[in-house]
Amino acid sequence: MEFSYTVAVLIIPIVMFLFLGIVGVKLSKKTAGVLGTCAMGVTTLIAYAAALTYFFGTEQGQIVDGVRQQLEVMNITWLEFTENLVIKLGILLDPISAMMLIVITTVSLMVHIYSLGYMDGEKGFQRYYAFLSLFTFSMLGLVVATNIFQMYIFWELVGVSSYLLIGFYYTLPAAVSASKKAFIVTRFADLGFLLGILILSFYTDTFDFVTLTSNPGAAIASAGGATFMGCSVMAWALTLIFMGGAGKSAMFPLHIWLPDAMEGPTPVSALIHAATMVVAGVYLVARLFPVYCLEEGTMTIITVIGCVTALYAAAVACVQSDIKRVLAFSTISQIAFMITSLGVARPELHEGVGYMASMFHLFTHAMFKALLFLCAGAIIHAVHSNEMSKMGGLRKYMPICNIAFLIGCLAISGIWPFAGFFSKDEILVAAYANSPVWGIWLSVVAGMTAFYMFRLYYKIFWWNNPDYGHHTPHEAPMTMTFPLIFLSLVSIVAGFIPFGDLVTWNREGLTTHINWGVAGTSTVIAVGAIILATLLYRKENAVPEKMADSCRGLWTAAYKRFYMDELYQFITHKIIFACISRPIAWFDRRIIDGTFDMLANVTNSASYAVRKLQGGSIQGYVWVYLAGAALLAAIAIICII
Amino acid sequence: MEITMMMYLIPSLIMFGCGVYGFITRKNMIAILISLELMLNSVDINFTVFNRFLFPGQMEGMFFTLFAIGIAAAETALAIAIVINVFRAVNKVDIRELTKMKF
Amino acid sequence: MIWSNVLIYFVIVPLLMLGGLALSKSVKQVRAVAVTGATALMLLAAYLVIEFLSMRAAGDVSPMLFTDSWTWFEPLNINLALGVDGISVVMIVLSAFIVFAGVFASWNINPLPKEYFMWFCLLSTGVFGFFISIDMFTMFMFYEVALIPMYLLIGVWGSGNKNYSAMKLTLMLMGGSAFLMLGLIGIYFHSAPEGGQLTMNILEIAENNAIPHEWQYYLFPMTFVGFGVLGAMFPFHTWSPDGHASAPTAVSMLHAGVLMKLGGYGCFRIAIYLMPWAAGELAWIFLLLTGISVVYGAFSACVQTDLKYINAYSSVSHCGMVLFAILMLNTTAMTGAVLQMLSHGLMTALFFALIGMIYGRTHTRDIRKMGGLMTIMPFLGVGYVIAGLASLGLPGLSGFVAEMSIFVGSFQHADMFHRVLTVMACCSIVITAVYILRVVGKLLFGAVQDAHHKELTDAEWHERLATITLIVAVAAIGCFPNFFSGIISEAAEPIMKLFA
Repeated sequence: MEFSYTVAVLIIPIVMFLFLGIVGVKLSKKTAGVLGTCAMGVTTLIAYAAALTYFFGTEQGQIVDGVRQQLEVMNITWLEFTENLVIKLGILLDPISAMMLIVITTVSLMVHIYSLGYMDGEKGFQRYYAFLSLFTFSMLGLVVATNIFQMYIFWELVGVSSYLLIGFYYTLPAAVSASKKAFIVTRFADLGFLLGILILSFYTDTFDFVTLTSNPGAAIASAGGATFMGCSVMAWALTLIFMGGAGKSAMFPLHIWLPDAMEGPTPVSALIHAATMVVAGVYLVARLFPVYCLEEGTMTIITVIGCVTALYAAAVACVQSDIKRVLAFSTISQIAFMITSLGVARPELHEGVGYMASMFHLFTHAMFKALLFLCAGAIIHAVHSNEMSKMGGLRKYMPICNIAFLIGCLAISGIWPFAGFFSKDEILVAAYANSPVWGIWLSVVAGMTAFYMFRLYYKIFWWNNPDYGHHTPHEAPMTMTFPLIFLSLVSIVAGFIPFGDLVTWNREGLTTHINWGVAGTSTVIAVGAIILATLLYRKENAVPEKMADSCRGLWTAAYKRFYMDELYQFITHKIIFACISRPIAWFDRRIIDGTFDMLANVTNSASYAVRKLQGGSIQGYVWVYLAGAALLAAIAIICII
Repeated sequence: MEITMMMYLIPSLIMFGCGVYGFITRKNMIAILISLELMLNSVDINFTVFNRFLFPGQMEGMFFTLFAIGIAAAETALAIAIVINVFRAVNKVDIRELTKMKF
Repeated sequence: MIWSNVLIYFVIVPLLMLGGLALSKSVKQVRAVAVTGATALMLLAAYLVIEFLSMRAAGDVSPMLFTDSWTWFEPLNINLALGVDGISVVMIVLSAFIVFAGVFASWNINPLPKEYFMWFCLLSTGVFGFFISIDMFTMFMFYEVALIPMYLLIGVWGSGNKNYSAMKLTLMLMGGSAFLMLGLIGIYFHSAPEGGQLTMNILEIAENNAIPHEWQYYLFPMTFVGFGVLGAMFPFHTWSPDGHASAPTAVSMLHAGVLMKLGGYGCFRIAIYLMPWAAGELAWIFLLLTGISVVYGAFSACVQTDLKYINAYSSVSHCGMVLFAILMLNTTAMTGAVLQMLSHGLMTALFFALIGMIYGRTHTRDIRKMGGLMTIMPFLGVGYVIAGLASLGLPGLSGFVAEMSIFVGSFQHADMFHRVLTVMACCSIVITAVYILRVVGKLLFGAVQDAHHKELTDAEWHERLATITLIVAVAAIGCFPNFFSGIISEAAEPIMKLFA
């Protein structure tokens, strides 16, 4: 196969992980960091080569009759369950996986470079780079998966890398509990994923993506009309698989782990919790899109969950005070856009533009959200706090960061010509095409996005000018500003990539044109929201506080994230621990173990009772002997008579 | 009055009953030993009586009695020796208190 | 000739070790003998695997290889019959690994190192003997040989409430043996058709297939429960938490790692293999019990505070999964069951080894009194995290392949009863994550709880060796599962055909 060199993008990071993990402590910090970054650089080059050859080359059979082919570069048997149910490890190159290769390696490389500066002097620097390599490996393995079980395998691996990286500062209790929460919540979602895989594979008798998606009708029909609780089993399977995706992509109500995951180092948040891992759910649905779009009910669930999450997260983001939390909720909201876009996509609506829009937004969002997070990292690095109240007027101290952040905000708000404008426009087009309800809903959320992003921007860079004392913030070092500049440039130009030609649901070309009706409206809304934010937050004033006071209840509810965490806390501690685990543990110790102990005790006391007969007193024996003899005699006499 | 077998057997039975009673109830080792002797002697009487009345031409019963008396003497000597030794060791002859070697 | 069969050496080597230990005068010699013996066992196991695979590759398809038989007691037809199939081979390899790691984990055992290692060897003799024999009587004899040393090992070298635990463990397992023996005698008397020569040989019994159905109805539960007690089947699992908590490190390792596997192996080899009809009829009762085990053990583990209790309940859950999978009666699930035995054996051994090492330093096993150990003893901490990740089924480590095989296999049953139980068993992976992360978070991460702990040292070389051996094995199964599952499913397939 011509693309067989692609396997190197998996091998280099895993080798790096093992190397840094085992002998990393022996290396100096600098060596470890540079080594990890160089390895990542090579991986990036290979991934780019593979992806660009795939998209723009023709000589290796990538395009047949105008359809981009799905190329199985490699497929080794890893574990055989039955004849057909075989887990294979392989590499599948198709438009979305090639695109993801670019996204992951780009962001990962930027984060590697950025971390050289950001993590400088941290304890466990080598460990950090080892985990980054592990994550990159897992994420790349996930996107190139040839079958759903391979995806599940790497799905779990990214979960654990995320766990390890969130808990990087493992001496801080907050980081430990955040990592635990992230793992357990996504694990719970993965249970759904696993069950979905089991159901799907039971009926279709295959794990293979190509087999499933090339003939989705047959896959659906293989269930033979079997139903469970009134819904077809395939709908169950797909919904359960989506549950896995929803967990990883932090969809409501499984989103609670993502804001807490911000306890990890900021570059990690940029890489894992903004650009790559959290879009795995979107990617999963996109991967199985041909099957999904045959199950109308599941698609509706996906759409509704996407819309609810988008609004919820945007509302919460408007009032948070921790800059990383704002970005986290913004991420949730933006991923919800992608999910909704897939949910509303139908092959017959504008040739399935929703699918393309979702992938497009995934791509652009990865770039500008990584940019925003990296800026946030630089800011936190400068002021040593996550709280907005500790910031203000930073534009004077950090000019590069200021510009980069502004570009990110403009991109996410959807202002022409920044990347977000194009992708968000396509999403809105798809939503309006499906139903105006979703369209209007998303337009409103898009407006809120612009508002809270600029609120964030002004609060950091304008607002007031606090006294930083002798600790004046300063621009970050070169290793940190280079990624910012690079990602800013990408955020500006990414919108002009002809995504319609490259990534579509049926892998054929798609002509896109900007729908000025939709784009105009959303631009107006966005600009309006930006102006509102400017009026409210450009200079320190009391209006925002007054507004918060006027609806204090709502404000507090939003600030407390509508009490979702408290709800989960209640369920886990009060119900699962207190009402299930403790009674079971008690039952085990007292009832089950008690029964066996009782058996032993009864035997014991019976022995003690019998033992008295053997008192060792011969006189006693004689008594018993006489009594026995008398008794026998009496019986004999009675019998004779 | 003719002397019948019963006239011997009844006192012998009483003697045996006394022996058994004493053996069970007495706590003094010497008294127990005496009760044991009583039982033995009552048995000896029975032997001679049965020999005299039922098998007048034979002497086995008599011999057995003599033999038993000899054995009893030896046994008593042994028992007394043990009792004396126990008394020397723990200064007691009450069997309720001699539980040191139990278990 | 008896000496020409490689299998017999698995019994002879531990016995030679026993002799060597009896003669040795100092701790150094004791260790030397133990290490030599354990290494010899490892090499033997490796040789066996290679030989086995090459024989299979050469096209030998008989159910058991290396079969041999020597008469012990003519009138009852009791033989020392040996033979292995793929499943026994992997179990032997597992035992060899754990014995090897166990020797290093009990390097500094005190007091009476010589006596300790002697009992340890006797236990190994029993374990290996059990896996190599295919004669019911011999199997049962080795089974008992493996159980009895446990009493002394816990009673003498244990900690905490050791007398109680040792007694409880021994009595409960003996109770199981009593059922088992009745079952075995029953099988013996129906081992051949009317008028045929009665036999103890498992292969012959299976071939005769002469046990009447009404007898299977009683004998199956007896043997299954008999072995199930050792496999920690609900509600006969309560010896496990107490026993493990009191046992010294290497004994916990060997017990959870290998001895509990005798239960699963026996259930399969005797109960299921010899009485397929009853297995099909009665599986549902035991499926229910083992299904409860799986979830129940996991939930119980969530609230324990003693490291060993957590692990013991986790073992209840994982071993429940083994029996659960065996009862699913198909090749995929059965392969999963054996993989789970391997995986659980290695990873629990790893867990117990690490717990022992941590306990040896902190002198407490209460997770509320420890914290932040990762900074103090990074090696042990990393080992513990790896063991934990293996336990919660991380791909790349052994737990994942085993559990997935079990789930996929179990899901092949389309009826509601099996489905519900399978879903229930799947739920355990979430609960496992909860308790594993809870203990990892409390024990290793966070702030150091006790200032004295700051002076503790990290693992010594022999501890590292034990840990690394087990980690490598866990990762090997996790990374190259098809090698193992191939060997196992080849052996399981003909037997599971009985149920198709």
